[in-house]
Amino acid sequence: MSFSPQFSDYLVSPRRPASAFIPGHGSALLGRLAAIPKLTGVKPASRLEVRPAPELAATGIPELDSLTGGMPRSCLSEICGPFSSGRTSVMLATLAAATKRGEFCALIDTSDAFHPDSAGSAGMEFERLLWIRCGENNKRKKSRDPKTAAVEQALRVLDLLLQAGGFGVVAIDFSDVPFQIARRVPLASWFRFQRALEPTSTILLVIAQAPCAQTCASLVLRLQSRQNLPGLGLPAHSRIFEGMQVEGELLRSRLMRKPAQSAHTSFRTKAVRAG
Amino acid sequence: MPFACIFVPDFPVQALLRVEPELRTQAVAVLEGNAPLEKVFAVNKSARNAGVEPGMTKTQLEACTGLILYQRSIAQETSAHAALLDCAQLFSPRVEDTDRDTIVLDLAGLEKLFGSFKQIACALARCVREFGLESHIAAASNPDAAMLAARGFPGVTVIPQGEESAYFEQLSIDVMAEIDIEMLQTFDRWGIRTFGDLAALPEVALSERLGQKALRLQRLARGAIRRTLVPIDEPLIFEESVELEHPLVLLEPLAFLMNRMLEQICARLEARALATQDLTLELELERGCARPDSWLDKKNFSQEDKPIIFTRKLRLPVPLVDPKIFLKLLQLDLNAHPPGAPIKKILLKAEPARPRPAQNGLFFPPEPEPEKLELTLARIAGIVGEGRVGSVEILDTHRPQGFQMRRFAGVAERPRENSSPNGNTHETRVVTALRIFRPPVRASVTVRDGSPSRICCAKKKDIDGQVLWVAGPWRFSGDWWEQEPWARDEWDVALQHESGIGLYRLVRDLLSGGWFVEGSYD
Repeated sequence: MSFSPQFSDYLVSPRRPASAFIPGHGSALLGRLAAIPKLTGVKPASRLEVRPAPELAATGIPELDSLTGGMPRSCLSEICGPFSSGRTSVMLATLAAATKRGEFCALIDTSDAFHPDSAGSAGMEFERLLWIRCGENNKRKKSRDPKTAAVEQALRVLDLLLQAGGFGVVAIDFSDVPFQIARRVPLASWFRFQRALEPTSTILLVIAQAPCAQTCASLVLRLQSRQNLPGLGLPAHSRIFEGMQVEGELLRSRLMRKPAQSAHTSFRTKAVRAG
Repeated sequence: MPFACIFVPDFPVQALLRVEPELRTQAVAVLEGNAPLEKVFAVNKSARNAGVEPGMTKTQLEACTGLILYQRSIAQETSAHAALLDCAQLFSPRVEDTDRDTIVLDLAGLEKLFGSFKQIACALARCVREFGLESHIAAASNPDAAMLAARGFPGVTVIPQGEESAYFEQLSIDVMAEIDIEMLQTFDRWGIRTFGDLAALPEVALSERLGQKALRLQRLARGAIRRTLVPIDEPLIFEESVELEHPLVLLEPLAFLMNRMLEQICARLEARALATQDLTLELELERGCARPDSWLDKKNFSQEDKPIIFTRKLRLPVPLVDPKIFLKLLQLDLNAHPPGAPIKKILLKAEPARPRPAQNGLFFPPEPEPEKLELTLARIAGIVGEGRVGSVEILDTHRPQGFQMRRFAGVAERPRENSSPNGNTHETRVVTALRIFRPPVRASVTVRDGSPSRICCAKKKDIDGQVLWVAGPWRFSGDWWEQEPWARDEWDVALQHESGIGLYRLVRDLLSGGWFVEGSYD
């Protein structure tokens, strides 16, 4: 390959005098570079466009929205926490808010644990929710762990849904999947999902016991519930389960310039029985 | 008033080759009759050049090498005829169904839409070719002249008004469909073989010798008969069928044939600006070859005289007219529900529907594309199982798990109230969600003072320990007036976990006395 004489003039070499690179000469250098036909389409790194910040969608929980700004579209968001920490409640609230906005949503239910009555109480519009119940069709492969097979099913379904497009929120529920299995999902798969999301306005919501999408997640929220069990001294029939006090901690947010440290919020969920 | 005629030569052969266009260049003969007395009913040009003629027996055909023989298929001829009618109705609302291979249409007033008669005739020929048939097109001032010209001249012919007799002068009188063999022999004896010869005969002398019928033939030969067109008004039926020479065992060749048939149906639907929402596939199966595990073992084998018909129906949420989508959906459906025996005949029916009038707004949220969504749902159903993908319909009952799955349409009414693009105007209630265990987990429960004090589950080791807190019971019952009554007590219990406190719903079935953990609050 041979460079044109004009370009070879500006190659950095010890023989060139330092005055060629002094301030003031830069604009002339760029001007001459831009005149070279081979380089007309090349933009200087300083002039590259910055990717616009993703649009944010409300979760339906004002406390969470004030902490995170909402769920970023075209991004992967994770909500994690132990059992009874409020993950499913947040997921249902997000899906319900999306269906109320007129968006179509999909729930990939790895453990077939979705409770329609809870979703109905949360205000879900069912005609806009696609529910996919994984796990049943693996009877032929009895030698395999059913939870591993269900996760595989869920990932295949997720791939298909992201390719189809048009959904506002796609939630994948790994809540009952042991972390050891969820962690086995290769990082390449999460990257692929992230790439598939980029040109769309879909929110991919992953519910799990611990963060599993690693660097592919744009938002990671950890939930923890603080159970105040009322009426401990009273007989069982005079007590009522009113709801959970949920505390949320922002573990990662790509939207913020500084890493989110110790950003917390708390909100209360209400049990259906409590009215 | 101008008229055009579409004539399809060798119609029985072309109707068969419409589904297998790659055989058009080969010599093909269509047989009719019961074995072993089958005779050639129709041949194509290549076969005619090879010396095959209608009326030959199958034994006589043995000398011809490279000849492809087909049994006559009335069903395929009907499909081809329907396609021909659709093609004509694409141009004119007044169409006469003259014969299986001949259609006459009224061209009055079409010049402004399609151009000159020559252009209309060429467009008709192109359209018929797109429907898989080769035709002769003729335009003339009266229906019969157009019909005779189409039968007599290949390609596209346009006869100006008053020049019919000049055009027909050299045309053989065999072209006339109305002429019978006796009269043809008489004319042959007289040395009259062309339309010009017949038109030149003196009218009175012809009438004296052969009667009014011969006079009518003479007027036809002069192109002087005027009659009124009889337009058809038939119900719209979109069907395609193929009777197979050899039964099909694999789905791949079946898909190949279905693709052709679907393309034909969709072309016909598109020609009428229609789409379809219901597609029915009927496969006639061969007896005695069923797989032992197929549905055929259980059904239909007792009725020996009836053909075994395997039917699959596709019901789409929105009308579509894309053959590729239909083919993929049918393939996925047949993979999930194989016919179980070799296929003898394929019939595809489409119920016509008006296309979806969709107008998306700039500020409306995106929706899944119906075509893509249907394929995606079919593929997902193949992964997770049928009936495990869809949307939820809550049933009007207090029975636990009172819901059913229904088809996800991907179409819903838009929300009425105005909201900001990020949806912040909506206030959603944060409900403590229950995660259901399907099926409920049987538990051993120790009861103290009428309430659970310790729970142990053999199947879920997490749920094991002393009850920290309990609320309840909430008593529910129902359907005691039905065959399957239910009654239960529900408790909300808290158990200690390594990671914190777990909240569960504990249920006691009052009819069986068993304890179950129905789900966990999360």
